[in-house]
Amino acid sequence: MTPKDKIRNFCIIAHIDHGKSTLADRILELTETVELREMEDQLLDNMDIERERGITIKARAVRLTYHADDGEDYFFNLIDTPGHVDFNYEVSRSLAACEGAVLIVDASQGIEAQTLANTYLAIEHDLEVLPVINKIDLPSADPDRACNEVENVIGIPAMDAPRISAKMGTNIKEVLERIVTDIPSPKGDDEAPLKALIFDSYYDSYKGVIIYVRVMEGHIKAGDTIRLIAAKAEFQTVEVGYMGAKDLVPVGELHAGEVGYITASIKDIGDTRVGDTVTNAENPCAESLPGYKKVNPMVFSGIYPADGAKYGDLRDALEKLMLNDASLSFEPETSIALGFGFRCGFLGLLHMEIIQERLEREYNLDLITTAPSVIYKVTMTNGETKYIDNPTNFPDPGTISSAEEPVVNAHIYTPSEFVGNIMELCQDRRGTFVDMQYIDENRVDLHYVLPLNEIVYDFFDALKSRTRGYASFDYELKGYAPSKLVKLDVLLNGEIVDALSFIVHEEKAYARGRRLTEKLKENIPRQLFEVPVQAAIGGKIIARETIKALRKDVLAKCYGGDITRKKKLLEKQKEGKKRMRQLGTVSVPQEAFMSVLKLDD
Amino acid sequence: MTGIYVHVPFCIRKCPYCSFYSKPYDADTASLYVEAVYRNIAAYSGKGICADTLYFGGGTPSLLDAGQISRIIEEVRQVFLLDNTEITIEANPCSVDEDKLRGYHAAGVNRISFGIQSTDDSRLGFLGRLHDFKTAVKAVETAHAVGFENISADIMLGAAGETSESLKKTIDTLCDLPVKHISAYMLKIEEGTAFDNDKIKSLAANDDLMSELYLTAVERLEEHGLKQYEISNFCREGYESRHNNKYWTGEDYLGFGPAAHSFFEGVRYCCPPDTEAFINAPVQPREVTEESVNRGEEYILLGLRLCKGISLDKAKVYFGDSAAERLLNLAVEFSKHGLVNLNDDNISLTPQGFLLSNGIISQFIDSVE
Repeated sequence: MTPKDKIRNFCIIAHIDHGKSTLADRILELTETVELREMEDQLLDNMDIERERGITIKARAVRLTYHADDGEDYFFNLIDTPGHVDFNYEVSRSLAACEGAVLIVDASQGIEAQTLANTYLAIEHDLEVLPVINKIDLPSADPDRACNEVENVIGIPAMDAPRISAKMGTNIKEVLERIVTDIPSPKGDDEAPLKALIFDSYYDSYKGVIIYVRVMEGHIKAGDTIRLIAAKAEFQTVEVGYMGAKDLVPVGELHAGEVGYITASIKDIGDTRVGDTVTNAENPCAESLPGYKKVNPMVFSGIYPADGAKYGDLRDALEKLMLNDASLSFEPETSIALGFGFRCGFLGLLHMEIIQERLEREYNLDLITTAPSVIYKVTMTNGETKYIDNPTNFPDPGTISSAEEPVVNAHIYTPSEFVGNIMELCQDRRGTFVDMQYIDENRVDLHYVLPLNEIVYDFFDALKSRTRGYASFDYELKGYAPSKLVKLDVLLNGEIVDALSFIVHEEKAYARGRRLTEKLKENIPRQLFEVPVQAAIGGKIIARETIKALRKDVLAKCYGGDITRKKKLLEKQKEGKKRMRQLGTVSVPQEAFMSVLKLDD
Repeated sequence: MTGIYVHVPFCIRKCPYCSFYSKPYDADTASLYVEAVYRNIAAYSGKGICADTLYFGGGTPSLLDAGQISRIIEEVRQVFLLDNTEITIEANPCSVDEDKLRGYHAAGVNRISFGIQSTDDSRLGFLGRLHDFKTAVKAVETAHAVGFENISADIMLGAAGETSESLKKTIDTLCDLPVKHISAYMLKIEEGTAFDNDKIKSLAANDDLMSELYLTAVERLEEHGLKQYEISNFCREGYESRHNNKYWTGEDYLGFGPAAHSFFEGVRYCCPPDTEAFINAPVQPREVTEESVNRGEEYILLGLRLCKGISLDKAKVYFGDSAAERLLNLAVEFSKHGLVNLNDDNISLTPQGFLLSNGIISQFIDSVE
């Protein structure tokens, strides 16, 4: 049994790109948890996407042994958390499993949107926050300014914060020493009834679901019957242990204060919700741990295989992803234009992007996705309330008495020179200005209330291009607000293309319709005859473009009996058509469906 | 009835736009080639295959002398029991003289097709032709004088500087000559030809102009009494190319010589484009291009090249009622846009439709699959 006073449970929090995973790598290296020859960059980020994009999607945990300057060995449980707002809830559960947090601040960039959001989250959970100033090797580094920002904005002492370069390996030991001295060891009664917090879980095809827990009270061993309180499910424990850097390491028992894993032949990851409490079925705890909630998807999009024959493959892939991601939801959907596909729900935009990317890369699928939608609340004239996440289901305007849309509290951190640009953007996106605060002389925190459906629509890209990438952005759901919503339809050759319909604010409908028809015209090749592209609300056409007719597509010479060329041409056209959707006599390339997702140039 | 095609793979000089197989002429190779053709035809002896058309294509078949042509025709007569035969030879205006033409005619050739291309010498220069228009006129008149009743001329649309007006003049001039048949091709820059470069591409008519030229040609030729019967072919009443029609109606044909294609007993095959190999092999090599053709698909693919088009009744036989119904619905949609003529049971393309025939045909085929 590990003595509690030798345990330190902590996580690392940071804005994206401030060096979280690099510091984690250095710590693994320095504690010789991983032999040097086994080191590869960003060891804790297992997925290719995580490595490439430099982000952490899933929480990871690892146990390391550190031989400190006081001559004692300490056991560190490092929990790596996703930094993004989409995974806020997961982050909060990871934080709840720790006593301290190492807060990384980039010495050249200072505090950014996610730095603050995550720090507040850590403080809420009563964690000891240990600031670290990273990237001091950069020419543009200004550690003093970064320290000042931490003190002024967050209000924690930072003047003696370790100043490090995770990349170069500078001063990493100082961080480890400070973890020993500054972060409290865990408490908890080993003999109390078991109370453990689930902060992550994943599916393993041999062992079933593997649950990552922090034991708060009591102890657990193989053979114990456990109860997952919120899931109302019981299982027989097969194995308990802790997380080595490369493998799971079984141990006899896990005790209060320790971080480890449990396997219990669990088949369905839906049973192991993050935030749920694990207790002993025979000797249950009196009450579950606070903070559990079921997370609900906020953003929805239709996902279709580009090749209709791959529908089964797509379903299999989604099912596999869902094994590891209980927050992903999907149900079959049929579109006249796109055939069979799925309506998928995501925690947010990043979550959506990641799922789409993983489907394409890990499962080798070619996808067509529809414009992301949010959940609208519609009150009908007969008093009934409906929640609409699919434009196709938007009721006839005549039957709607009022409509509401989700709005978010958005914080944008930006160098002050871009304030004008950002305000213009937020204005354009129907934002309501709440407040603006100076973080230091040069940087401000702009607070807006924005409709979620304006954010899901290429807001990040627009923000990036208007601030040359310097602004950072964070949001949380605020609630619903009344809104004048309409459904905008797109007609090709006079026929509605269901997959292109979307719900939009009345005032934006005209501009959006104009832009959309222009984009479609650009992205749909010439057809055999002129094809009108129209945008319409109800029956009323609000914009129109025309796709021109092809002039000539003919093999004039079919001679000497050689018709192989003619056939090859036909084959080629067939091949080309595979990437096209045939809507009546109009051939629409995949790119056309995708082009409408980014209308802001 | 079967058609016989003989590919004569020789040219004095290759035209820069041409992608058909040919190599420089030399007399020794030519006589070895004639022997090989003879040998291969003889191999069919006793099989009871009947043919009613013979076509010498190339290359430049008129590089063979009358004796060589005659020797091949005689053997074809012996082997394929020719009766009431259309015998065509393609000829270059500058590779024939009166004696040669007389000899061809005496050998039994009754249709001659001249590669005239243009009546304008500057465009003939652009196309890299060896003849000028005067030579072409002389060749046609001589052929007519020695007894050729059925004369065809090829013209090329869209060479440098061509306009609708100049094209009309070309057609008017040509129709004053004793020609019964005209093939009008849109200049197409084929990959790997000498024309396959940016300069030529910029000089040749663009798609817009080419379409205009094509529609002009259809209209003007019709005014002169030459009715369109295929995408690129026009003739006076009764002068359709019987041989070429076989390609478009799914009849059998046997090809002899390198690069010659055959469609026989449901199999499509060709002799590889290698003159030496052809000469040296006891039996010409055969490369199967299609083992068993989809007759229904070919009916649409080839039938819609013809002005008479395809019949819905036949489509029902090939594809069943519901597929034929889809075909009809598509035809109705296309006819609204002036691409298709719909008459009772018959579907055919309009000249505008011919210009877009690749796309239309592939949609039709998709609709029945």
